[in-house]
Amino acid sequence: MIGASLGAAAYERAPEISALLAGAGRVDETRAVRLSAKADAILTLSGIGISFGGVKALSDVDLEVEVGEIRAVIGPNGAGKSSLINIISGLYHADRGRIAIGGQSFSRVPASRLARLGVARTFQNLALFGGLSVRNNIACGRVHTRRASFVEHIAGLPRARSEDAGIAEKTDQIVAFLHLESVADRLVATLPYGLQKRVELARALVAEPKLLLLDEPMAGMTATEKAEMAGFVRAARDRHGVTVILIEHDIGVVMGLSDRVAVLDYGRKIADGTPAEVRADPAVIRAYLGTAEGENGEDI
Amino acid sequence: MAVQALDAARLPVDWVKLVQKLALPTALFVVAYGVVPAYASGYLVEAILLPFLALSLAAVGLNLLTGYCGQLSLGSSAFMAVGAFAAYNFNLRVEGLPLAGTMILAGISAAGFGVVFGLPSLRLRGFYLAVSTLAAQFFVQWALTKFGWFSNDNPSGVISAPHLAVAGLSLDSATGRYLLSVTTVMVLTALVWRLVNSATGRNFIAVRDNETAARVIGVPVLRTKLLAFAISSFIIGIAGVLWAFTYLRTVEPAGFNLDRSFQILFIIIIGGLASIRGAFLGAAFIVVLPLFLSRLGAFLFGGLFDSGVLDMSQRIVLGALIIIFLIAEPSGLSALFDRLKRRIGSRSS
Ligand SMILES: Nc1ncnc2c1ncn2[C@@H]1O[C@H](COP(=O)(O)OP(=O)(O)O)[C@@H](O)[C@H]1O
Ligand SMILES: [Mg+2]
Repeated sequence: MIGASLGAAAYERAPEISALLAGAGRVDETRAVRLSAKADAILTLSGIGISFGGVKALSDVDLEVEVGEIRAVIGPNGAGKSSLINIISGLYHADRGRIAIGGQSFSRVPASRLARLGVARTFQNLALFGGLSVRNNIACGRVHTRRASFVEHIAGLPRARSEDAGIAEKTDQIVAFLHLESVADRLVATLPYGLQKRVELARALVAEPKLLLLDEPMAGMTATEKAEMAGFVRAARDRHGVTVILIEHDIGVVMGLSDRVAVLDYGRKIADGTPAEVRADPAVIRAYLGTAEGENGEDI
Repeated sequence: MAVQALDAARLPVDWVKLVQKLALPTALFVVAYGVVPAYASGYLVEAILLPFLALSLAAVGLNLLTGYCGQLSLGSSAFMAVGAFAAYNFNLRVEGLPLAGTMILAGISAAGFGVVFGLPSLRLRGFYLAVSTLAAQFFVQWALTKFGWFSNDNPSGVISAPHLAVAGLSLDSATGRYLLSVTTVMVLTALVWRLVNSATGRNFIAVRDNETAARVIGVPVLRTKLLAFAISSFIIGIAGVLWAFTYLRTVEPAGFNLDRSFQILFIIIIGGLASIRGAFLGAAFIVVLPLFLSRLGAFLFGGLFDSGVLDMSQRIVLGALIIIFLIAEPSGLSALFDRLKRRIGSRSS
């Protein structure tokens, strides 16, 4: 049983390895230079460690993310990528280390205040509100800006109405931006998987976050859908200046899209740099060629 | 000129839409305030409409909490009891309090109670939460029986409905009680309808569908859950007042037992979770089922079909139906209704 799953994991990795070694994806070498000119960190992780029972999911991880960059985090299954995102968004509490988000430093990020800290995220497994329409799912992404009470809503008082109008407008913009017009009024649970992933991105973007955490936004998509999604992520950064942390398995996508790449393996950061640097890093090549022992992660 | 032509072309369409939109509410209004008071027999009002209205309202309240917000509760009957006994005491002890004031205060009492017994929902989910709401059930029945004050020292804890009047008009007759009940139910249902279609209602659904995602995007999860308990209990409390004052007229604490809580839960399961219309369909079904079964039983088995057999057969049929609905149509009668409507619509067009 275990042997079989290990074998499968190694097999799944084969295309990644060859893609990595072949240097798939075009890398914009000037991007790193452009970035170093504005070295404001929006997120700084220092010495992050977390373990579950005996499993050390992350140990002593440092990460600095600069304003406006698309920062990929890659690594085999179970390397700790999702745990990292969950720690940044306050769903997991690190055993060690600190998290600084836009100048505020935490040992435990308060998840309920995450949106107001300017951080939005998507989930590795879909986390939509199945009973709501696409439009209402997206509108929920701005709930942190609402002030009107339920009484104001029932009575339809001015503040509730103006909030609704403002949010409807922002929702329409995002719906148009992500080309969701034709499905906007459908129940989100009735959409195909790829579109649901896109709705989740929309719900995160409508919050107008400074930092966007994307946990495998393209997993399970067709090549066309992936390219589309990559386009949306890049457009979000270029047009709205949002900083992105992107977890993604498709090395081609990662190399083409990201400004810098951090590589996790068994909960440790083994490399960090531009796509070109990372691709040439012996430790990375070794990790990707090494025998697969990571179990599939328990993902949120 | 072109603009005029366009307007003229659009006008009839808007009228059709408007008529379509107002047709159902208007029909309901005419039936509720015209046809029923004029033509319904005393039996229809006393034995069917009054329990139907009170149970519908309770189901609307529970649906808000369980159907929309996803918090399973087995305490409905307790919240009805709090409403009923609070109304009795407010009416008894506060001189000159109008009926509407009594009902609102009763609702607020039930809401306060609901918040307290909703606190476990901050930590517990699903089955465990349901079990913890049983505490409300047992606590209320115990307190109402134990402390004579609640029933004005009636030896068996029984309370009787006071004289019901609004603006000097007596509502003690069957028709009067019906009008009080139907008006209360319509007003509260309209408010709930507005609520579930507002941002607050969408917060309820967000918490139900994915609590983690809801928290991360900034839904105040704890506040939302407690709000759901409060509003739901408010409505169920007022349903308790209707149950005690307009339907039964005398009730004892034991009348608000766990069976009643299950009955209201079954109503929303059969009618359809997260559907206001479902609460009414489910309540109608539950009220009419025993009458239907007893007629059917008497027809098939004659005298053999006594009240014991009726009770038993009712339980069996209900149990089977719950299972069938949960498996085959989790969205309940409300979804069946929609499908039927669509089929008829597609045939006629
Ligand atoms: N909630 C959890 N409970 C127990 N173990 C967990 C939990 N979350 C993650 N893990 C473990 O931590 C390790 C890293 O998992 P994860 O962060 O999901 O990796 P990745 O996203 O890189 O695949 C895995 O061994 C996984 O089993
Ligand atoms: Mg993961």
